[in-house]
Amino acid sequence: MSKDRTNNRAWTFGNDIDTDVIIAARYLSVEREELKKYVFCDYRPEFPRDVKEGDVIVAGRNFGCGSSREHAPLAIKEAGVKYVLAKSFARIFYRNAVNLGIYAVECSDKLDDVEEGDELEVNIREGKVYNKTKDFEIEATSYPPFMLEIVEAGGLVPYTRERILKNE
Amino acid sequence: MGMTMAEKILAKHAGKDKVKAGDFVFAEVDLLLANDITGVLAIQEFEKLGAENVFDKDKITFIPDHFTPNKDILSAKQAKTLREFSRKHDLTHYYEVGRCGVEHVFLPEQGMVKPGDLVVGGDSHTCTYGGLGVFATGMGSTDLACAMATGRVWLKVPETLRFNMEGTPSKWAGGKDLILYILGQIGVDGARYKVMEIGGSAIESLSVEGRLTMANMAIEGGGKTALFKADDKAMEYLDGRVDNINEIEPVFSDKGCEYEKTYNYNVEGLEPLVALPHLPSNVKPVDEVEETVLDQVVIGSCTNGRIEDLREAHQIIKGEKADPNLRFIVIPGSQEVYKQALEEGLIADFIDAGAAFSTPTCGPCLGGHMGVLAPGEKALVTFNRNFIGRMGDPESLVYLSNPQVAAASAITGKISHPREVKPHVKG
Repeated sequence: MSKDRTNNRAWTFGNDIDTDVIIAARYLSVEREELKKYVFCDYRPEFPRDVKEGDVIVAGRNFGCGSSREHAPLAIKEAGVKYVLAKSFARIFYRNAVNLGIYAVECSDKLDDVEEGDELEVNIREGKVYNKTKDFEIEATSYPPFMLEIVEAGGLVPYTRERILKNE
Repeated sequence: MGMTMAEKILAKHAGKDKVKAGDFVFAEVDLLLANDITGVLAIQEFEKLGAENVFDKDKITFIPDHFTPNKDILSAKQAKTLREFSRKHDLTHYYEVGRCGVEHVFLPEQGMVKPGDLVVGGDSHTCTYGGLGVFATGMGSTDLACAMATGRVWLKVPETLRFNMEGTPSKWAGGKDLILYILGQIGVDGARYKVMEIGGSAIESLSVEGRLTMANMAIEGGGKTALFKADDKAMEYLDGRVDNINEIEPVFSDKGCEYEKTYNYNVEGLEPLVALPHLPSNVKPVDEVEETVLDQVVIGSCTNGRIEDLREAHQIIKGEKADPNLRFIVIPGSQEVYKQALEEGLIADFIDAGAAFSTPTCGPCLGGHMGVLAPGEKALVTFNRNFIGRMGDPESLVYLSNPQVAAASAITGKISHPREVKPHVKG
């Protein structure tokens, strides 16, 4: 399997999921490794307990609206989630996710047909998400090459450091 | 084809004659900002980068305002990280508690942001400075870390939405109501990725403070920033605050520039609005939500913590008492606002009305400290967000309003139109 694929369980969320719901302010002073214990803890208490490495978040419109707190995508990343699929993303969250090496992927309305627990396979390069449980495909927006490079490098910091080393 | 204000500012900072919406640019920033939450992650990432020095010690400012004065040991460690980094890199604009305030109130009043500037901040409400014609936008800590090293950020040039607001709102309504009105119309993602350029006769007669309040909440519509024309009123506000006012080059949109969409609103006689839980766009006229019994009222924050806000609230509370069943908290946005309120005698009247008057902090706005809510409690606040659990327990409820509505509601104990309390107050 190529490195930009995953096939794991979907966790479904609605529209306008904000950064306070993703990680509440009272956890913004904990050590970064601890953030995963509190991700979505008020809204979906089972999420931090049951989320598995490789699981996928599936959401509606405007995912990640609100604060610039990078703790939100960081908490998701620390929980082992590498792919967040949504019909649209709030601007700062989207940028932060890319900078941290998470794939925030805009998908077509067909995303509505994904149900909690469905097995998904994401193929970024082809701009496709395949629902293995229900056997249908969802169109996804593919990444511009330079953003793909940033995410594949693991985020903006490793990407920038590599460039500094290569003297580009 | 002419250019919008946003395109002109970004073109200039990217060293180009012309850019258009959709272009990617690398732009030089005039000022970088972070607080005691986002600054800590930015410093950690900056250190991972292996950069030895910041790009310019005069262009980075760290303002400890969120969990300060420190609420616990962890927040004390966060503030210490900012302090030590600022000293190590000899930053000109590091301000301790007692010498600053809520970042978005403090920076404009200190003349640190000027029309035509490009400012990026580790706080989503950085867009506030758009009220003075600054292209200012919030970012995450990793972006800031890289910008601290290089002085540059990559940006996609955004499309601009033009909002024309004509007419004279009711004397009880202000900038807060105008922006709540817009959010009620376009929703929380109506301006996603876009610039909200706001003008018209209602804006021309609005104070600079009111424009800063409106720009502050552009992010609640998903906007990258808001932009207001730096007119004579803006220049008057800046006079005496910035070092050399004659060097300012305000930027205006060209006639015939390309707006993605234009909204024309008539706000003649607009009455105050309240945003109900759990979205800032969930807006209703005050009259429709009266009888909502409250446990707490807070006036302050980067949205409505300026002296004009305290004066407006004071007109309503003077000689009155807050309802004994609720907590009434007033927080000035900065030390300057605090001192001004003291000199004008506002603080004594707030205290006589039964208010807790605090040192500047963002504390309660993000459920940090000094006003966190218990399960089932209802608060009416002059803040910018009413998300689930924003101010404390996930089962608490947050309502947003202007300072006059908040003050009137503190007196009656339930959401109230200010005319109920002070029908004869001057507009």
